[in-house]
Amino acid sequence: MARIKELNVNGQRRTLDADGQRTLLSALRDNLGLTGTKYGCGEGQCGACTVLIDGSPNRSCLTSLDDVGGRAVTTIEGLERDGQLHPLQQAFLDADALQCGYCTSGMILSAYALLQTKPAPSEEEIVHAMNGNICRCGTYRRIMAAIQQAAEKMEAIAS
Amino acid sequence: MNESFSFEPERYELAAGPLYQFDLKLDLHRRRFFELLGGGLAVLLLTEDSDAQESGFGRRGSRGGQRPAQISAWLHVGDDGAVTVFTGKAEVGQNIRTSLAQLVAEELRAPLTAIRMVMADTQRTPFDMGTFGSRTTPDMGRQLSRVAAAAREALIDLAAEHFQCDRQSLRAADGKVAQTDSSEAIGYGLLTRGQQLLKSVADDQTTTPAERWNVAGTSVAKLNGRDLVTGAHKYASDVRRPDMLHGKVVRPIAFGATLAEVDLGAAEAMEGVTAVRDGDFVGVAAAEPLTAERASEAIRAVWNTRPQSSSETLFDDLRKDASEGGGRFGGRNVGSIEAGLAAADHQWKQTYTVAYIAHAPLEPRAAVAEWNDGKLTVWTGTQRPFGVRGELAQAFGLPEDRVHVIVPDTGSGYGGKHSGEAAIEAARLAKAAGRPVKLVWTREEEFTWAYFRPAGVIDVTSGVRRDGTLTAWDYVNYNSGGSAINMPYEVANQRIAFRPSRSPLRQGSYRALAATANTFARETHLDELARLVGLDALAFRHQNLKDARMRAVLEAVAEAFGWGGAKPDAEHGHGIAVGTEKGSFIASCAEVRVDRQTGAVRVVRAVAAFECGAVVNPNHLKNQIEGALVMGLGGALFEQIEFANGVIRNAAFSGYRVPRFRDAPRIEVVLIDRKDLSSIGAGETPIIAIAPAIGNAIFDATSLRLRSMPLALNG
Repeated sequence: MARIKELNVNGQRRTLDADGQRTLLSALRDNLGLTGTKYGCGEGQCGACTVLIDGSPNRSCLTSLDDVGGRAVTTIEGLERDGQLHPLQQAFLDADALQCGYCTSGMILSAYALLQTKPAPSEEEIVHAMNGNICRCGTYRRIMAAIQQAAEKMEAIAS
Repeated sequence: MNESFSFEPERYELAAGPLYQFDLKLDLHRRRFFELLGGGLAVLLLTEDSDAQESGFGRRGSRGGQRPAQISAWLHVGDDGAVTVFTGKAEVGQNIRTSLAQLVAEELRAPLTAIRMVMADTQRTPFDMGTFGSRTTPDMGRQLSRVAAAAREALIDLAAEHFQCDRQSLRAADGKVAQTDSSEAIGYGLLTRGQQLLKSVADDQTTTPAERWNVAGTSVAKLNGRDLVTGAHKYASDVRRPDMLHGKVVRPIAFGATLAEVDLGAAEAMEGVTAVRDGDFVGVAAAEPLTAERASEAIRAVWNTRPQSSSETLFDDLRKDASEGGGRFGGRNVGSIEAGLAAADHQWKQTYTVAYIAHAPLEPRAAVAEWNDGKLTVWTGTQRPFGVRGELAQAFGLPEDRVHVIVPDTGSGYGGKHSGEAAIEAARLAKAAGRPVKLVWTREEEFTWAYFRPAGVIDVTSGVRRDGTLTAWDYVNYNSGGSAINMPYEVANQRIAFRPSRSPLRQGSYRALAATANTFARETHLDELARLVGLDALAFRHQNLKDARMRAVLEAVAEAFGWGGAKPDAEHGHGIAVGTEKGSFIASCAEVRVDRQTGAVRVVRAVAAFECGAVVNPNHLKNQIEGALVMGLGGALFEQIEFANGVIRNAAFSGYRVPRFRDAPRIEVVLIDRKDLSSIGAGETPIIAIAPAIGNAIFDATSLRLRSMPLALNG
């Protein structure tokens, strides 16, 4: 069976040696040590494993390495730039939009993808885009507030 | 191994004696502490009777006439001014890492940034029964406040020596001791330089009243928040060790199944695979997780099973199999039910039920186990590090000092992580493989092999007079538990009983225990009685409530919600409920919208008023309450474990519906900050009143009385 030797993660070419049928989630966590991406359900129902592939949100627990190929993978570890948190990361802190934090990586990446396509999302658009992500601690309203705060900040930076 | 997998399901009370019995002679420990710490000042809290009892340490012994004492918390001030706090409590999302540090910073008069919390590590932190029962704030918070206050006083003593002055002329602030009559000041680090001072907290050590708090009582940000939003924090499931393998357990096909025969051959033939059979335990370990999964699937196991009951007959079974009751919540009899019912204008008899529900923490059970020279180290997510150490010691026949359990801040628990199954399984596989093994339970395993919030049946017979006076309260809870079972309203005639039953599923603690079920039954029934006598639900409650703190939250929630106000249309309904448990008080209001065509129920607005004494961190407290409302909404409306013949039928998020973004209502929280009262834990009680508030609101909208949680399984 095919072995995967290389992945494009957070703008870097990363080498590994893994069975192509393995999940992207497992390769990120177990081979590359990028444990910010979490396992939550293995069936694409909770969103904890969300990463971006070529900018689109993807459930890494359902994505095989064979399917990833050379496409660009972005994980939570790739958002911070030069010690500066991404506005979404900062907004999650400012809004205290987490408790145990286990869902946070997936939340932030799902929100990141949303803001790429809808820079100023309405409440309904946030609910629609984020409904596949579970926060068992129940901080949903704070996450919605954080996304809106980040959107405003990103818009201010862009303009 | 068999024994370890069939240990008694954890219930509501955990019994264990103290594991350490340190002498009061501190000198004996001086060397040990400073070997560890390299000088400075260490202050210990040695728990005496009252503290020990309140911390749930249970029975105490004595040796040779000496009074044993136990270290329950301590802190260290290093010669660099760094403060390290040691507590056995575990962070599972309730924000105690931050709130406890705030209390220490407050008393020590040290900047919050100087404080490092070492938590939930059986070799580095003092024994602790576990992080449950909302005990962290009232017990550990108070203990650490006293430790920090004693450290501050010791530092002032050192400064008095340094300045050769009267300690009355000194004041501690911002990590320094300063002379009040000059600008001279010296930092804590300099004061402890070259010292090896070990102090214990004096019995009469006082703490700062909440009215004078500066750091405690404020909305400090989460101390390790940055690590959580960057993915840097290492949960137990993220821990990696050199040469580590990944484990996979071959699960029985049903609860209680025993292994008839097993063939490990195909798995063992796979390269790099270790396969283990030990009693009814079967598992594998391999370098790649996928290899372990394939190896586990290659194992042929035959299980003996027995017929078991199913969800369909659950409530009849619980009633049928109930014992007479007993224990802490064995019963309460006041007056005469017969007389009370005879004096009533209306008698009302109803039955309420609650389903089994799952905690479903987003981080499933996970452990990394490593053996070195017969010593076992395990990283795992649990609310009871010392309890899991005990489970491991028992499973492997080791003395407890050869087992080290480390609990990284964990991906939530909600009362569901009191046990150490994954730790034992990982350790068994690691022992066989001779290498560290990581085992992360799948979601299906977590939904199946953890334990559940108990299901229950509650019968209520009551009497009420036309004027709204309650005359009789006859209440029986089958199986779900005795928390908050007592009647907070004034009723002259009461008969209250909890009757444990034989649970078909493994059941255990869940956030607020049975307080949710008992508050649901009581507050739903009260709503029914109010309607019966034609009184407003709020006025009826006030009429029968004397407790000032309970009345206060009820008033606050009604005001914030606008109780009695208009509804947008006939599809909307309003509901209210109030409850108390573990010394704190919650009132909730819900506004629901019920779609007449589909029957779909949507909670559009939830308001809660909560009082837990002096608030340590208002923003984090609000977050806890909001989260509890959302989690409580899940149990109220749609969470339910379905089972048949020893198998969970909906062991996945696709089959077990938890609250999502779409379900989260607009939430408003009112905090009643009682700075005149000591701080009470807040992780649990805020969950208990939302379900009856929702149920009562559904009735308001539809005139349909729902008495079984979940209320709207398909709604």
